[in-house]
Amino acid sequence: MPTLTIKGGRVIDPANQIDQVTDLVLERGRVTKLGKVTKPTGAVIDASGCIVSPGLIDIHVHLREPGQEEKETVATGAAAAVNGGFTSICCMPNTKPALDDDSRVEFIYRQAERTNLANVYPVGAITKGREGKELAEIALMAASGAVGFTDDGVGVASASVMNKALTYIAMTGKVLMQHCEDPELGGGVMNAGSLATRLGLSGWPRVAEEAMIQRDILLNLSQNIGCRYHVQHLSSGGSVEMIRRARADLFGQAHVTAEASPHHLLLTEDSCATYDPNYKMNPPLRTRRDIEAILAGIKDGTITVLATDHAPHTQQEKELEFAAAPYGIIGLESALPLYIRALIDSGTIDWPAMLAMMTVNPARLCPLPGNKGTLSVGSDADVTIIDPKEEWTIDANDFKSKSRNCPFHGWKVTGRAAATIVGGDVKMVRDTGRAKSGAAAKGEKPRKTAKAK
Amino acid sequence: MTPATGQPYVWTHKHLLGLDYLSAQDIRFLLNTARGLADVSTRSVKKVPALRGRVVVNLFFESSTRTRASFTLAAERLTADVLDFTVQGSSVSKGETLRDTARNIEAMGVDVIVCRHPLSGATHQLAQSVKCSVVNAGDGQHEHPTQGLLDLYTLAQRLGRMETFDFTGITVAIVGDVAHSRVARSNIHGLRKLGGKVILVGPATLLPRGFADMGCELSNNLDEVLPRVDAVNMLRVQFERLTSQAFPSVREYATFFGLTTQRLRQAKPGLVVMHPGPINRGIEMDSAVADGAQSAVLSQVTNGLAVRMATLFLVVGAQGAAPAQA
Repeated sequence: MPTLTIKGGRVIDPANQIDQVTDLVLERGRVTKLGKVTKPTGAVIDASGCIVSPGLIDIHVHLREPGQEEKETVATGAAAAVNGGFTSICCMPNTKPALDDDSRVEFIYRQAERTNLANVYPVGAITKGREGKELAEIALMAASGAVGFTDDGVGVASASVMNKALTYIAMTGKVLMQHCEDPELGGGVMNAGSLATRLGLSGWPRVAEEAMIQRDILLNLSQNIGCRYHVQHLSSGGSVEMIRRARADLFGQAHVTAEASPHHLLLTEDSCATYDPNYKMNPPLRTRRDIEAILAGIKDGTITVLATDHAPHTQQEKELEFAAAPYGIIGLESALPLYIRALIDSGTIDWPAMLAMMTVNPARLCPLPGNKGTLSVGSDADVTIIDPKEEWTIDANDFKSKSRNCPFHGWKVTGRAAATIVGGDVKMVRDTGRAKSGAAAKGEKPRKTAKAK
Repeated sequence: MTPATGQPYVWTHKHLLGLDYLSAQDIRFLLNTARGLADVSTRSVKKVPALRGRVVVNLFFESSTRTRASFTLAAERLTADVLDFTVQGSSVSKGETLRDTARNIEAMGVDVIVCRHPLSGATHQLAQSVKCSVVNAGDGQHEHPTQGLLDLYTLAQRLGRMETFDFTGITVAIVGDVAHSRVARSNIHGLRKLGGKVILVGPATLLPRGFADMGCELSNNLDEVLPRVDAVNMLRVQFERLTSQAFPSVREYATFFGLTTQRLRQAKPGLVVMHPGPINRGIEMDSAVADGAQSAVLSQVTNGLAVRMATLFLVVGAQGAAPAQA
């Protein structure tokens, strides 16, 4: 693998509190030098005016393989990832069949290896078939490289099953990621409230999310199980306060974490008034007050991870009636500028803080194998170069994802991934004028994705 | 009611999707149009050539006898051709989207699609997918605008407000399963826009607080409300829509929210009793009340025809008009 020098960028490495204009050298799949290089050998990428970040990590994507390849595959999902600046993604187990045993975990690694774009890490199911009844083969999956466990799409409804899951997953040292929705209180198609009443749509109230979070925190902390518990796609302001309090408790910080998603920061339930299913999400879009509470949670460190909940669906499915259409939107190729708008442009946090939530924090949460989420010398050569000033219009038709269900289509945004480098290989470079002499080297052997142990 | 610019009022709505999307002026114009068309039904030749050569399709995804018959008759009285299209089960189960179904029907060359659908918002999505007019004949729990209009028309008739269609000073109670009722929502929008006051009455489980934000008073006590109102609209208990048990028993419901002969005695003497039908006799109201002098139930059915004629006539007339509005 040739040497690659990234010249003249603003290198931000939150893990090491680095924020300076300098050069970065990648060799043999590792970061080998951070500092001025006067005579670079090998390929060079001109990063002037750009931010050089550890490769972005998204711990919450749906790749639909196996079983729903008409929506997305590991290959198209990984292509979408690198196009959006993500070098590592964690895929959810709500496939058909579910990722609930070691052979299916290995299948994801194999597909990712064949694709050879982004690092793809499977998250295994908590229960067999995601049915919430019996524990899946959690330890076998962990041994095969599952980086965490979730029944995402549904929460674990039974308190006793959840109790067992927390206890068992704690033994593996992995993280339990919960889709927080009490199925009997939730299940509606939009936020419960006046607008849902007016539109005649069934409501999915905040309490369905909050009740499950509170139950899980009580189970985990009061019984001292100590499983690492991660709240997925947080939507309610009330949930933020619960997590804030739990993290303030003894052992809380290490054990309770939460993630936000772009749509819960930029859209409100008002978007549902046109009955466009591209605004149908689970959990649903809520209100300005919830957005403010989530932003406050991000600012004060209650929420430490930014994800996308990339959820591809076919055009045909998203043309169904609002109540009949599936939940979810794609996010990998629009998340970066949307987070810039929601968090940086709003003055909530700065670049290093935002990048920490997209690099080192998610890497340590799982933790991801290897040395990811940082640019320390010796770490994996996963780098995202971001042009923070590029103005562009989101066009879902240009996406590498198989699906087009993006409510941000047509939005004018600022900031975009200029290049995505995975394991020292340039997987995406938007402006080829920036790359010189063999940056996108051909004929390299596919690099094996290191499995989690 | 002409705008200050001096421009004469012009109906511009190519679709009728709900009363939430009409102005007071629009609603009054439609009701006045209905008034002008009402006498067609009393002539010996019950037909005018207003929509001759036009095609109206009844696209029903949910069973209906009355509404469909009323729309069919309304279209025929305007000399339109009528095509009935019933889709058994949801489009989902057939693997065809609503949009596909509608575009296929439109390809036959139709002018108006009258659509009833079990899911809220379906007619909105339909209106966005086709070039012809769309009339909402009931979408899920959202709106049933022609029912709302015929209720307004009937109320004006009974209360002597046909000249103005102004309900200032009038209070109407809507009683029953408000949560799941598209009839209630259309009535609320219409009554409020025309100056009326609305009190919603029912068990708390069927009365989401969101309705207060729509400008309604909420009550769980019919006996307290009855003496204060000029009309009651008794909603049908839609057992098929109650996904979870919203009240303990029909007996308990009827005891507190049924309009009995005895309860009627507390009301103002001229109270107008309405019901969108079909009535569950003995539950929403006693037979004696349903068939009594104060009942406007059959007038509602008669007026439905005039209101639907006006609707079809106006939406077709707006097809050439500039920007399509909801």
